Amino acid sequence: MERKTLFRGWLLPAALVAPQLLITFVFFFWPAGQALVESTQATDAFGLSTMFVGASNFLALLTDPDYHAAILRTAFFCVAVTILAMAAGLLFASFANRAIKGRFLYRTALIWPYAIAPALSSVIFVFLFQPQIGMITNLLARFGVNFNYTANGSQALALVILIAAWKQVSYNFIFYLAALQSVPRSMLEAATLDGARGLHRFRTMIWPMLMPTTLFLSVTNIVYAAFDTFDVIFALTGGGPGTSTDMLVVKVYRDGVINLDLGGSAAQSVLLMAGIIALTALQMRLTRGRAT
Amino acid sequence: MATLELQGLAKSFGNTKVLHGLDVKLDDGEMLVIVGGSGCGKSTLLRLVAGLESPTAGRILLDGKDITHVDPSKRDVAMVFQNYALYPHMSVFENMAYGLKLKGMPKAEIAKRVEEAADTLSLSALLGRKPGQLSGGQRQRVAMGRAIVREPKLFLFDEPLSNLDAKLRVQVRADIRKLQKRLNVTSLYVTHDQVEAMTLADRLAVMEQGVAAQIATPLEVFARPADQFVAGFIGDPSMNFCKAVLCAGGHGAKLAAGPEVALPGEASWGPEGMAVMLGIRPQHVVIEPGTGPLGFAVALEEPLGSEALLHGTLPDGEAFRIRVPYPAPQATALTISLPAAHLHLFDAQTGKRLEIA
Repeated sequence: MERKTLFRGWLLPAALVAPQLLITFVFFFWPAGQALVESTQATDAFGLSTMFVGASNFLALLTDPDYHAAILRTAFFCVAVTILAMAAGLLFASFANRAIKGRFLYRTALIWPYAIAPALSSVIFVFLFQPQIGMITNLLARFGVNFNYTANGSQALALVILIAAWKQVSYNFIFYLAALQSVPRSMLEAATLDGARGLHRFRTMIWPMLMPTTLFLSVTNIVYAAFDTFDVIFALTGGGPGTSTDMLVVKVYRDGVINLDLGGSAAQSVLLMAGIIALTALQMRLTRGRAT
Repeated sequence: MATLELQGLAKSFGNTKVLHGLDVKLDDGEMLVIVGGSGCGKSTLLRLVAGLESPTAGRILLDGKDITHVDPSKRDVAMVFQNYALYPHMSVFENMAYGLKLKGMPKAEIAKRVEEAADTLSLSALLGRKPGQLSGGQRQRVAMGRAIVREPKLFLFDEPLSNLDAKLRVQVRADIRKLQKRLNVTSLYVTHDQVEAMTLADRLAVMEQGVAAQIATPLEVFARPADQFVAGFIGDPSMNFCKAVLCAGGHGAKLAAGPEVALPGEASWGPEGMAVMLGIRPQHVVIEPGTGPLGFAVALEEPLGSEALLHGTLPDGEAFRIRVPYPAPQATALTISLPAAHLHLFDAQTGKRLEIA
C-alpha cells in the first residue's frame, strides 16, 4: 500500500526533502563528480600540474595485468565470503529456530558481531592470530601449523575472508531466521506425515521456501564483500603481504593515496561505482519481485 | 485397512492436562468424529495419533501394533489439515506425488495413482497448477487427494471444512463421506461443528475438557445424551433445561418455574426431593393455548422459513426456546406443556443422565 500525501504549494515539500538532498549532494554527487573529472586527468606526483588525458586512464587500467589480477582476486574473495557467511548464517538460524531454552541469549550473541566497528573486529582477530603471541597462532603451532598472515599470502587471504564473513554472519542470520520462522509449521508436519525426514525434508520443503531470501542475501553479501570490506582488510593487512589481499577497494586507496596516481585511482573508483550501481539495481529488482 | 485402539491416552502441557486418559477402539473402515468446543483436547488427540505430539501416558495401537513411539513419518497415516498445508512451491501433481516418491514407488505407478485420485476429486485439469492459483475448495480437494493417493492405514481430518463457505461445506461434507465409505479407510475426524459431526460419523465422541463425555452413534447421542453437556452440545437449536425436584414418589417433577410435570415410564426416578435437571428439545415442546400448565413469555421470534424459533423465558426467569411450524402464534404470552415422552432427566449434582433401573 502506498500512501500519498498532497501538498499545496512547493515550499514545504522542498524544505522537507532539502536536508536529504543536501547530504546526498555533499557526500555522494560532489565526490562522485570529482572522481569522474579526475579520472580523465593526469596529475604529477606533487600536485603541481594537471592535464586532461581523456580515456587513457581507463585504457591503462583495462590493459593492466595487475588490475585484472585484482578483479579476479576480488571475485574470489566475494564468492568465498558470501558462501561462508550465508552458510554460517543459515546454520545458526536453523539452530536458533529450533532452540527453545536460551533462545534470547543465543540470538543476541549472534547479532553482536554486526554491532562491532569493522576496524575493531580486525583488531580482535589480530589478537587471536598475531604471529608471535596470538592465541590461535599458538594453538595451531602445537599442531605443527606455522601461521603467519603477515608473511604468508594465502594465510592472509584466508584470514580476511574469515573476518569479513564473520562480520556478515549476523546479518544473514537475522534474515534467515525470519525466513525460517515464516515457513508454515503445518506444511512441515504434512511433509513429515508424507514420510520426509531430516535433510530430505530440508532440501525439498524448507530450502525452496528460503529461495527468495537466499537470492536477496547473495546480492547483498556480494555487494558487502566487494565494496564494504575496505576497513576490515586495511586494518588487518593493508592489502599485503605483496598483493595477496589487495582487493579493488584497497587498490583504489593504495594507488591513489599511497602511490599518488590520482587519475588512475579515480578511474578505478568510477569503474567500482558502475559495478555497485549495477548490483544495486539488480538487488532492487529482486526485492521488488519479492514484495509483489 | 486397519483398526485403531487408544488405551488410556493422556497428554499434559506442563501442568495443564489437556487430555485425561482416553479409551476408544475403531473398527476397520469406521469413521469416528471427535466433536467439542475449542480447548477440549480434540486437536491434541489427533496430533497424538499422527505422532506430531507424544503422549504423557497411554498407548496407540494401529492394526494391533503399538505405534505410540513410532516416528510420524513411519506411521502410514495421512492427515488433512485445517489450512490444508499444501506445498506452495510444488504443483498439484507434485503435492500428491510427494509421499509416493518418498516411498520409492516407480514413476509410472505414481502417475497412475495421482491421475486416479485427481479423477475422483475432479482435479485432472488442475494438476499443473500451483496451490496459489487454486480456490479454497480446490485446495481442500488437493489436500484430500494428497491423503488418498498414499492409501494409508488411517485418515486424520483436522477440521477440513472450516475454511470453506457454508454452501461448499455441505457439498464437500457429503463428498468426504462418500469417499471415505468407498475407500473404507479407518478415519478420525475432528470438528467443532455438530452438524458435520452428526452427518459424517459412524460414531461420535463428544469431548469436554479433555474427557470423552460420550462415545456412541450419532442417533444414540441425540436420543440419549449421556450428560447435560452432551445434551446441550448436540442438537440445534440446543436443548432447554429447567431445574426441578422429584415429587409424587419419584413419578413426577416439580419445576422451579411452578407446575408439576409427569415423568415418563412406570418406575420411580428417585427419592422425593432429589434435585434434577429436566431437558427437552425446543421442537418437542407443545403449545396449548389457554390450557398448558406452564407460562412462556415470548421475547423474540426468529423465522427460519418453514419453522420459527421462539426465544423467551419461563415464569421463574429461566431462558427457554420453542421451535414451532411457521407461522408462529402471534402472542407475547403462551402456555405450553412438556410431553413426558420427550423429557430427559439429569442428576442436578453430577449432570449425568438418569435412567430408570
